[in-house]
Order: sequence, then structure tokens, then C-alpha cells
Amino acid sequence: MKNKKTKAILTSNQMIIVYIMIVLSILIGTKNSAFFDFSTVITLCRVALVTLIFALAEMLVIVSGGIDVSFPAIACLTLYLPVFLETKIWKIDNVVLIFVLAVVFGLAIGAFNAWMISIMGIPPLIATLGTSSIINGALMATTSGKEISNLPASMDALYSSYFFTYTAPSGMTYSLSVLFIVPVIFIILTALLLRKTMLGRGIFAIGGDRNAAKVAGFNVRKIQFFVFMAVGAMTGIAGVCSCILARTAHPTNLMGSEMMVIAAVVVGGTRITGGHGTVIGTVLGVFLIALIENNLIMMGVPTYWQSFVVGLVIVLGTSITSLRAKKIAQSAKV
Amino acid sequence: MEGIKKSFGGVHALRGVNLEVKKGEIHCLAGENGCGKSTLIKVISGAHDADEGTMWIDGKEVSKLRPIDAIHMGIQVIYQDFAVFPNMTVAENIAMNHELMTGAKIMDWKQAHVLAKEAMDEVGADIDPDILLERLSIANKQLVAICRAIINDAKLLILDEPTTALTSKEVDKLWEILQNLKKKGIAIMIVNHKLDEIYQIADTLTIMRNGKYISHGAIGEYDRARFIHDMTGRDFVETKYSPAPSEEVIFEVEHLSRKHAFHDVSFQMKKGDVLGITGLLGSGRGEIGDALFGIAPAEEGKIRLNGKEIQIRSIDDAMKNGIAYVPEDRLTQGLFLERSILDNTMAASIKKYFLKGKLNYGKMEEATDSWIQKIGVVTPSSKPPIKTLSGGNQQKVVIAKWLNTDPRLLILNGPTVGVDIGAKYDIHAMLHELAEKGVGIIIISDDLSELVQNCNQMIVMQHGVVKGHLSNSVSEDELSSALSASGVPAKEAAAQ
Repeated sequence: MKNKKTKAILTSNQMIIVYIMIVLSILIGTKNSAFFDFSTVITLCRVALVTLIFALAEMLVIVSGGIDVSFPAIACLTLYLPVFLETKIWKIDNVVLIFVLAVVFGLAIGAFNAWMISIMGIPPLIATLGTSSIINGALMATTSGKEISNLPASMDALYSSYFFTYTAPSGMTYSLSVLFIVPVIFIILTALLLRKTMLGRGIFAIGGDRNAAKVAGFNVRKIQFFVFMAVGAMTGIAGVCSCILARTAHPTNLMGSEMMVIAAVVVGGTRITGGHGTVIGTVLGVFLIALIENNLIMMGVPTYWQSFVVGLVIVLGTSITSLRAKKIAQSAKV
Repeated sequence: MEGIKKSFGGVHALRGVNLEVKKGEIHCLAGENGCGKSTLIKVISGAHDADEGTMWIDGKEVSKLRPIDAIHMGIQVIYQDFAVFPNMTVAENIAMNHELMTGAKIMDWKQAHVLAKEAMDEVGADIDPDILLERLSIANKQLVAICRAIINDAKLLILDEPTTALTSKEVDKLWEILQNLKKKGIAIMIVNHKLDEIYQIADTLTIMRNGKYISHGAIGEYDRARFIHDMTGRDFVETKYSPAPSEEVIFEVEHLSRKHAFHDVSFQMKKGDVLGITGLLGSGRGEIGDALFGIAPAEEGKIRLNGKEIQIRSIDDAMKNGIAYVPEDRLTQGLFLERSILDNTMAASIKKYFLKGKLNYGKMEEATDSWIQKIGVVTPSSKPPIKTLSGGNQQKVVIAKWLNTDPRLLILNGPTVGVDIGAKYDIHAMLHELAEKGVGIIIISDDLSELVQNCNQMIVMQHGVVKGHLSNSVSEDELSSALSASGVPAKEAAAQ
């Protein structure tokens, strides 16, 4: 029994990602000795900061049996509109208000998504594609793609607040932004939600078998509203974070990031068909893709080949997940 | 409950049903497909409201019953699909409803394990509580559903067609568990239409037909004839099929072999013959059918149809030679579930209606309508998707599909699995008629009574070889012992 459990842990999805990351790190390290330095950790955390929030949100939706491809568009709107209001209309400077507005806008769009999906019965992919296109179109039309690079001073102040600064042997300095606390909080909250609350179990329930969930007495509609609104709120915060880190409010920069985020979630062991997924797997999936994207340059891989390699890892990573699902489906039942 | 009526948009699903279930008894609700059994259950469980009638629970009259009220009163329904969560553990599945009922906001994993353990002890199940449900067999998923039902102090446990997907061994185990629960004072109601099983388990019986209450009484009051009469409203004489003797050989197989499937199989069919092939799963009985239809062709041996030697290397070869095959699993192998009755009936013979590059829809409709008439498919028209029909009507369409190809040899693998009694008799009568017209009929089945009644010769397979040739002068018991002589427990073989 004990042995079986150890074996189950060692061959779990999460551990497989860890193995891949170790092998990759060794490969990268042999090409570039500077890789084995604490600075790499800081760089990865910085790169993964916004993606982590996106991925956790997307994991919630996918576990519930849905999908949301509108989060990059939501993030674009929730980072641009509050900054626009503060700098161009109200002429005030308050970063807290920016976060609050972002969350409110995010919740509103999330509720709209949930309404289309849960009440109108539109398939989630189509509904959120529609939302994405509406927001993106509106932003492009009203801003002509022009960014606001004069951010409120309070936002810039957050940009230059660090937990700590590390000086590498090469003399370069690396700093970890205080904003990294945001994904950490979300990791803890999401884990608690999914594991410890009935609402979280309800998300798994509707992703496992919607009809069974209804019969058992779960309020399917309420859970769907919660999930899509949670995506809206989390995405709103992620949008503002990315704006602070980029030091500019660009209305379309984040567009197109949805596929990579979904890939990270699925590589992390979340089944695209719903009902299965873990926070730790998602976090590992995000870091794996960050690791690859960030270090291929150092390994001398030409830019065009990078997306090739990322794609390859996605295919391999997801094959493992679906081969396992298939094996379970075909294995002798007990 | 008394005088329950329910209609949906003018269709009377229930017209005056009486039902009485006592504490500590196993009550069977029997009736053919579409007789309103499921609707009645939904009324009892509060999913539908009755339009008329009165219902008493524990002697108290109940008027408006919502699903949650029914659960609080101790009524638990286990539907055919069990409504369990494949992605959750056994413990969580069992405890989930209880947690929801108590309105808990926090998931209590320790309590879930305790509840699961208690329920499994009570039921007599032994399943690892930490295993995911998708890893369980259907029988064990059902056990989980039963465990989940009883932890909320169930007084009445309703099981909707609980044996459909179980092997005979698993059915025995289920009966044992239900007997056990009965002793603990739980009333159990089973919806079923399989005669043999009802005789095994029921104490009392209520029979419904066309949404109407027909009769009710202790199981001892029903002999087979009354049972079938009450269920179908028709009298069936159980006769054995015996064709007029003929010397004309229509189909012949000599020394047919295929590696790892069957070896040296020979038989001969004369005009009017219905041949039965039986044996256990894996004995090669189904593989012979697959070979004759070219799905997994034979590697050696000769096949002669109407005196002419034919080669069957593919399904195409088989169809060109007028061989038709009704497969074992009609849902995945025999039907396009989402398509209409017309599309399904025409699927094997569509080439006939291809004229000058166009499909002749008029002719196709004509042909389909005439089949619906001839074989008695119960449907308003040929338009509805096939999945809306009952199992018996679906199977009739599968057979019609092949008859429309004017076959000279019709092979049927498990022709009446999941088909109710009325439709079963219709199908059998149709097969006899075809056989007399000179179409070769081969029935592959493990339903011994079906074989004895319908085949005038039978072969018994074991480990891929022919163990014995029998005529239909044998009784069901003799056939069963012929099977068990081939190293098989008779019970296993007799199971439908």
C-alpha cells in the first residue's frame, strides 16, 4: 500500500513535469553556466507573474467543464480603461482605485460570459470568443491602438518596489517585484477553494458530470457564475499587474496570450474535458513553459524555432495527460 | 399512491396508477418500454408533479413534493446512469449528498471517510475509498450509488433498471445486497422488465401498461403466462420453431478457421433452417459471425451459399453475396443514433436509390414507411432520430436496414438483448417468416430459451471449436447442461 502510494506520487503528472524541468535545466546549464544562479529564479518568477494568475483562473474554468478564451481581452480592457479614466478624465492618481475598477469591470464581463453560457446556453468557447472580439474591437476602434505611457505615479511607485534585490556574480542586479505576492495569494486561495470548500467541490462536480451535480443538489448556474466572474476578477488584477510591470497601458498587447496559457494549464495535468486539475500542476506547467521560452535564446536556438520547441513540449506534455486518461479508461476496473 | 395521473402536452404518460410499497419488501414495477415506469418514478421522487391523485408517505398524505422534500422523507432513486461523479473518489461520492443536505460550506474530508466506511459496512461493499470512480466497474459504481442513497436514512430505495449492464454474477451480488437491506427494514422498489430476474428477487409485483395500472399482487400469484399477458396485453404461445423439412442446402461452411478465434467449424443449413450458435463469451461464437460478414475473415475453409462457393475477405464481399449482419451492440455498431429512422433504414442499401447521380428520396420514404408498417415500429413517422425509440423498436430498424438489402443469409448476434417481450416476439415471428421464405437465419446468442424456441438446430462452441450439434428437441435444461459440460456454470450461460 505504502509502496503503491509512493509510486503513484513519483509517476504523477506533476512529477513528470518536474523531471522534464530538471532535464531541461541540465541541458541549458551545460550550454550556459550562468544559468545555475539564483538570478534565474528571479527572472522566471518575473516572467511567470502575470501568466500564473491567468493560468489559475483558466484552470478553474477548465475544471468546471468550460473554457474561457476572453481573458486576454478582459485584461486589456481592465488595464487600459481605469488608467485612461484616472489620467485623462478624472486627473487623479490612485493605484488602489485602479485595482478596484479593474476588478469591477472584470466581474461585470465575467457575469456577461456566465449569462451567455449558463442562461442562454451558448457553448463556452463561442461565447468567450465573442466577448473577446467585442472587447478587442471596441478597444481598437476607440484607442486606435495608442498606448498610455504616462502612468500615474502611484503605479510607477509599485513598479520600483521590490521584495529584495540580488546582485549576480556578473555584477548585474535582479529584483523581485512586490507584485509577486499577487499570484502567491491566488495560489493559496485557489488551492483552499478547490480542496476545502463545497463550492470548490461543486466546480469539480459540474466538470465531472453536470447532470449528476444537478441531481445531487448543486446549484449549477450559481457555480458557473462564480467561475466566470472569478476569471473576470483575477484577470482584471493580472491586467493591472502586467501594465505596471510593462510601465505602459497598451490596449492590445496581451491579446493572443490565451493559447499559451491554456497550454500551460493542460501541460500541468488539467484535463481539457473538465473535472480534473490541480493548483500545483498548473503552477508547474506555467514555470515549465516560462523556462523554455526564456532560455532557448541562451541556448542559441533561433527565434523561429522557439515557438516550434514550445509547441513540441505542449504536444508531449498533453500526450502524457491524455495517454493516462486513456489508460485509465481501458484499464481493468475494480 | 392512488390514481396518479400525469400528462405532458396532451400526451397521457400516466392515467390512473396505483402503487403500494410496504416496509421491508422488494417490490418490482414491471412493464414494457414506454409504459410510464420512469414517469411514475419521477413523480415519486418529486421531479414531476402529478396532475391528479393522492400520495401517502408513512401514512401521511403528501400534496406538493419537491425533490429535496422526497429526499428528506427518505425516498432515494438510483437512476440507470447512477449520477455519480467519475472524477471524484469513492468516499467523496458517497458523502457528497449528505454534505450538501446539511448545507455545509466547508468540505469535511474526515467525515466523508467516516460516512463512506459506515455506508459500505452497512451495504456489505468493500471498495478502496480513495480510488477515483472512473476506475470502478459498473457494478461497483452502482454499489457506490447505493451507499450514497442509504446514508440519508433511506426508507424507500428505488432502482431504475439496475441490472441492464451487469453480468449474471454481479446481478447475484446485487440481489444479495438488496435482500440484506430489506432485512434492515428498507422498502425497495425495482423497475425491471426481465421476467427471470423478477422471479428471482421480487416479493410483490405491480404491472403497468400504456401508463395504466394493470395489476398488483404477491409474486406467487403470477405464472409466466399471466405475467406476460398483463405486461403486453397479448397472449403468446411459447412454441418451438419447426420448419417444413427440405433437402435444399442453402448455406454450407466447411473447416472454417481463423487463428486465435475458432478452428475447424463446419455446418450445413437447409432451406427453412434457423441455426443457433451459442457458447460463452470468448468461445468463438461471435467471431464466427464476424468472419462470415468479413469483419475478421476466416483464413481457411470453404463457404458455399446457394450451392456456389464464395470468398469472403471483406465486408464488401459479404454484402455483395447477400449476407447481412445484425451486430451485438446496436448502439455503437448498428445505428447512427442522431440520424432519422429513414436514414438508418436506408444505410445499407442506399446505392439502390441512387439514380442519375441523385438520391430518390420519394422511393426511400416509401420503402421506409412500408418497413415501419411491416415490422411494426412504433413511431409517428420516419423522421425522428433513432435514439428517441425504445430498444425494441431500434432493433427492429436495424433488422429492417438489412432486410432492405434482400439478404440471402441473415446473421444476428444477440438479436433481442435489451428488447422487451412484445418486440421480442415480433422479431422472432419475423425471423421464422424469413426462414420459411428461404433466407438463411443464424442466431448467435447466450439466451438459451430464445435459442430453443427459435432454432431448429444449434451448435455449441467452446474454446473456438464446435463442442456439439443439437436439434431443438432438446429442452432448455439440456442445452444448459450441454453448455456446462463444456466447462461452464449453467447459470452463467443462462443469463440474458
